[in-house]
Amino acid sequence: MYTQGLDGKIGPVREAETAEEKEREARFQARIDAEERIEPNDWMPEGYRRTLIRQISQHAHSEIVGMLPEGNWVTRAPTLRRKAILLAKIQDEAGHGLYLYSACETLGVERAELVEQLLAGKAKYSSIFNYPTLTWADVGMIGWLVDGAAIMNQVPLQRCSYGPYARAMVRICKEESFHQRQGYEIVMTLAQGTPEQRRMAQESLDRWWWPALMMFGPPDSDSVHTAQSMKWKIKRVTNDELRQKFVDVTVPQAERLGLRIPDPQLRWNPERGHYDFGPVPWDEFWRVIAGEGPCNRERLEQRRRAHEEGRWVREAALAHAEKRRLRDRAA
Amino acid sequence: MADKDWPLYEIFIRPRNGLAHRHVGSLHAPDGEMAIEMARDLYTRRGEGNSIWAVPAVAIAVSSPDDKASLFEPAEDKEYRYPTHYTIPSDVKNM
Repeated sequence: MYTQGLDGKIGPVREAETAEEKEREARFQARIDAEERIEPNDWMPEGYRRTLIRQISQHAHSEIVGMLPEGNWVTRAPTLRRKAILLAKIQDEAGHGLYLYSACETLGVERAELVEQLLAGKAKYSSIFNYPTLTWADVGMIGWLVDGAAIMNQVPLQRCSYGPYARAMVRICKEESFHQRQGYEIVMTLAQGTPEQRRMAQESLDRWWWPALMMFGPPDSDSVHTAQSMKWKIKRVTNDELRQKFVDVTVPQAERLGLRIPDPQLRWNPERGHYDFGPVPWDEFWRVIAGEGPCNRERLEQRRRAHEEGRWVREAALAHAEKRRLRDRAA
Repeated sequence: MADKDWPLYEIFIRPRNGLAHRHVGSLHAPDGEMAIEMARDLYTRRGEGNSIWAVPAVAIAVSSPDDKASLFEPAEDKEYRYPTHYTIPSDVKNM
């Protein structure tokens, strides 16, 4: 998910100047235009490399931070089956984070450095994970809406021009489908339950709907990178197109549950063949991105604590491996 | 300063007997034994395989894209390596 194209800064990139440099860039673009995949050791423009590092690392961080709101409910899952499912899903998210850090490392940056940037508060992750999971319905809503939005975003990324990223996406998309379905099942169970359970589902949808639409990133008119990323085929579909597609598939799913989407302006537009929907509260989006969401501080503190508390394990494992290596050599 | 990470391993999985091990990705691990444990959790959560190779990434020799021409072009103009290069009368059977 989770590639909102947020941080506008990829640092200064030296433009191609000499005829030879321009020729090399033109050859690169020709490969992209011919739908060739770019692989790790191939020559690539510095801007392409940095855009990918930014996007893939933000994506990886999102998977890792995304475990926290769900982890909140592991010990309080309503049944053993739900608990096992939730654990499996969270384990998948950790896996997704690791596939993505690996893909990012092929671009010549070390995972430790990326983690360091996240913990220092210098890296971005998806705005959606700065919202709290207040009720069990939120766990269902994350699966249905958040993972649903993620799938919408990630399916076209399977055809990204950068091979390792595209391959990681193939794996991730396969696994993500279970996440969305289990979420919808949770919400469906509540929607068909007691009046109190129905209210819980509706209240949760009311809170998650707009943040879910924000996951696709700012409107195309404000999205600095879209044009270049599309040209490089790092991105295949624009933010607004994906958002529209998400609304179009999700509204009937909500109707099926008898839940109401909290948007008075939402209605089917037969001429466009799409749903019209109200303005996304972008002020809120930019506030969350700037660090002022409900849980920004808590999420980073939790990650930092986990990193620090795991330090002795990482060091001990390395020391043990080294000791064994020396012993084997001596024998 | 970022912490020192564990060494990088490339992971190969055999989906089932009769097939070759196939590269699936990489991971950081303190040693080979742990790399296999971690590859189990990372790459075979849904029965993707029955055998794992974990190879230290530093042990892999890699061809450079710059050498692509000298390595692979010699194969391009040798059509006589393919059966379709030869014209055999159609009444000759079983060939």
